Amino acid sequence: MDLLEYQARELFESFGVPVLAGVVATTPGAAREAFDQLDTDVAVVKAQVRAGGRGKAGGVKLVRSAEEAESTASDILDLVIKDLPVDVVMLSPGADIVAEYYFSILLDRTAGSYLAMCSVEGGIDIETLAVERPEALVKVPLHPIEGVTPEVAADIVERAGFDDADRQAVAAVLVKLWTVFRESDATLVEVNPLVKVAGGDIIALDAKVTLDENAEFRHDTWGGYHETSAAVDLERQARELDLNYVKLDGNVGVIGNGAGLVMSTLDVVDRAGKDLPGQPKPANFLDIGGGASSTVMANGLRIIISDPQVKAVLVNVFGGITACNDVAQGIVAALDVLGDEATLPIVVRLDGNSVEVGKAILREANHPLIRVEETMDGAAAAVAKLASERG
Amino acid sequence: MAIFIDESSRILVQGMTGREGRKHTQRMIMSGTRIVGGVTPGKGGESVVFEEDPVPVFSSVAEGMDATGANVSVVFVPPRFAREAVLEAVEAEIELCVIITEGIPVRDALDFHHAAASSRTRIIGPNCPGLISPGKSNVGIIPAHIAGRGGIGLVSKSGTLTYQMMYELRDHGFSTAVGIGGDPVVGTTHIDVLQAFEEDEDTDVIVMIGEIGGDAEERAGDYIAENITKPVIGYVAGFTAPPGKTMGHAGAIITGSGGTASAKKKALEAAGVMVGETPSQTASLARDVIAQIRQDRA
Repeated sequence: MDLLEYQARELFESFGVPVLAGVVATTPGAAREAFDQLDTDVAVVKAQVRAGGRGKAGGVKLVRSAEEAESTASDILDLVIKDLPVDVVMLSPGADIVAEYYFSILLDRTAGSYLAMCSVEGGIDIETLAVERPEALVKVPLHPIEGVTPEVAADIVERAGFDDADRQAVAAVLVKLWTVFRESDATLVEVNPLVKVAGGDIIALDAKVTLDENAEFRHDTWGGYHETSAAVDLERQARELDLNYVKLDGNVGVIGNGAGLVMSTLDVVDRAGKDLPGQPKPANFLDIGGGASSTVMANGLRIIISDPQVKAVLVNVFGGITACNDVAQGIVAALDVLGDEATLPIVVRLDGNSVEVGKAILREANHPLIRVEETMDGAAAAVAKLASERG
Repeated sequence: MAIFIDESSRILVQGMTGREGRKHTQRMIMSGTRIVGGVTPGKGGESVVFEEDPVPVFSSVAEGMDATGANVSVVFVPPRFAREAVLEAVEAEIELCVIITEGIPVRDALDFHHAAASSRTRIIGPNCPGLISPGKSNVGIIPAHIAGRGGIGLVSKSGTLTYQMMYELRDHGFSTAVGIGGDPVVGTTHIDVLQAFEEDEDTDVIVMIGEIGGDAEERAGDYIAENITKPVIGYVAGFTAPPGKTMGHAGAIITGSGGTASAKKKALEAAGVMVGETPSQTASLARDVIAQIRQDRA
């Protein structure tokens, strides 16, 4: 779960990481008041979206008066950056920057631990730096529990090549950022840039934080962090029903059990659609998990058909623990529950536990929308063809 | 032989008195697995009856090991209690701890992986279906009757994709099928399992299923090129997954330029692994290899 910059800034502040003041506005008028509230000669208005390249997209602007703050905020709030509409801006006072640095802590899956990365050349695209001048980026593997101790922080700033005079102040901030990381169950904390301002203070000027959704049960405050948008609305509805749903851009609705099998199903549908008119593609990832009861199946089908892009649906279930007769009954019952809401053709492929009974149930139901296919490949071909024909 | 578990494995079920634990203990017993006890803190001395036989419950893993000689534990406890449960198993120095629980915070997982690294305990998972050596032992939630014994060793991140592949190749059978789990950091990796299959005389062919996220498949490719003499057939799921979206498994996410299915397929092919485009095509590649082996032996 990625935080918006202002949310990450607040999180930093709550752990004592030095940050600039920040006031959030959702309307141009509020931006005008925010400027006055900051009591500054110059402020930065920044679009709050979960996307990089905000500056290039015109989402970060300097303003020198409340009037200018209002008109600039109005422009930025009209922007759509990488398909994401800007709903919120944050205003911060201008800073007299002397130097820009980079620091991050992230989960290193390969090492099974955390990694700290630091550079005295901040404020630029770090992936570019890592490729073009890897020697300028110091990477320090962390102990999974100790993390950035004062000793480790001293080592990092020395190896990164900070001036002697700045090392102590920077190291102190790095230790605090580790506390943010560990206490907040983050998988990424990135500050780019970390800056030195006139007078020598070290400040986190930007804040990027990714939280581990699995840890939400022990963080009461995370409810407000969930994204809001049309696609995400469906994802949230699904989450509330204990379904694992990810909206994609195609027109074939896909339901299956198990993350790996559903991912594989998306690939097989995509392949089947490649050479057909309109190139049908998967519209979603939907994993109904182990127990495919009729309620779960009805919930899943309802989520899928509420996506207006969907033209045909594929149900691909391997009956492991779940018996295929339960799945088949689930589909039939789901169509009963949905009644007139269900209008899309549904291709069903079942295999595994009690598959023959399952297929017999579907045959007997003789529902005009249901079509049974024998194999995963055959089912993908059939549903892609249906989606292609239905435009 | 088989890898990690066989007919001599004696299993404790952590969380046996819970709903999931009870359901799957029943299934494991039905498929001939030697379940010697359950572990639930505070419920020591109780027992749960399966198929008319009472299975004792212990308050701790150490107590259960002392009483039964258990050498394997399987964890079904909910995410918020999983860290303590696994740490307890590691401290008791059980040989193998298989964590089925889905949704454990990665911080908790790193705590127990770190503890296990300096102990004799091997961890499989978390968020995995477990493993099965057909006809010998079945630890976790893999359905016992998809396929029988045979010469294929299977390693996969995913549960249902494991079942699908076992089903596709049920006419040949398996030495052991291991689901290593879909979380970002797991205890036993593809490489660990490949190494065990290489050394296992019952395994003739290895099928490896990967998915997007991380670089475990790429590293497995390097390992195969250097160390594996048995034929390996691969499959990777997630070609259509968009960057930045978690596809069901906490670890299945494409970040930056890394972790894509195409990159993984390329790395495996560079290591001499035949990679199928779909599960059925992968199974068909495996069948061809098995036919070739039989012909060579004849």
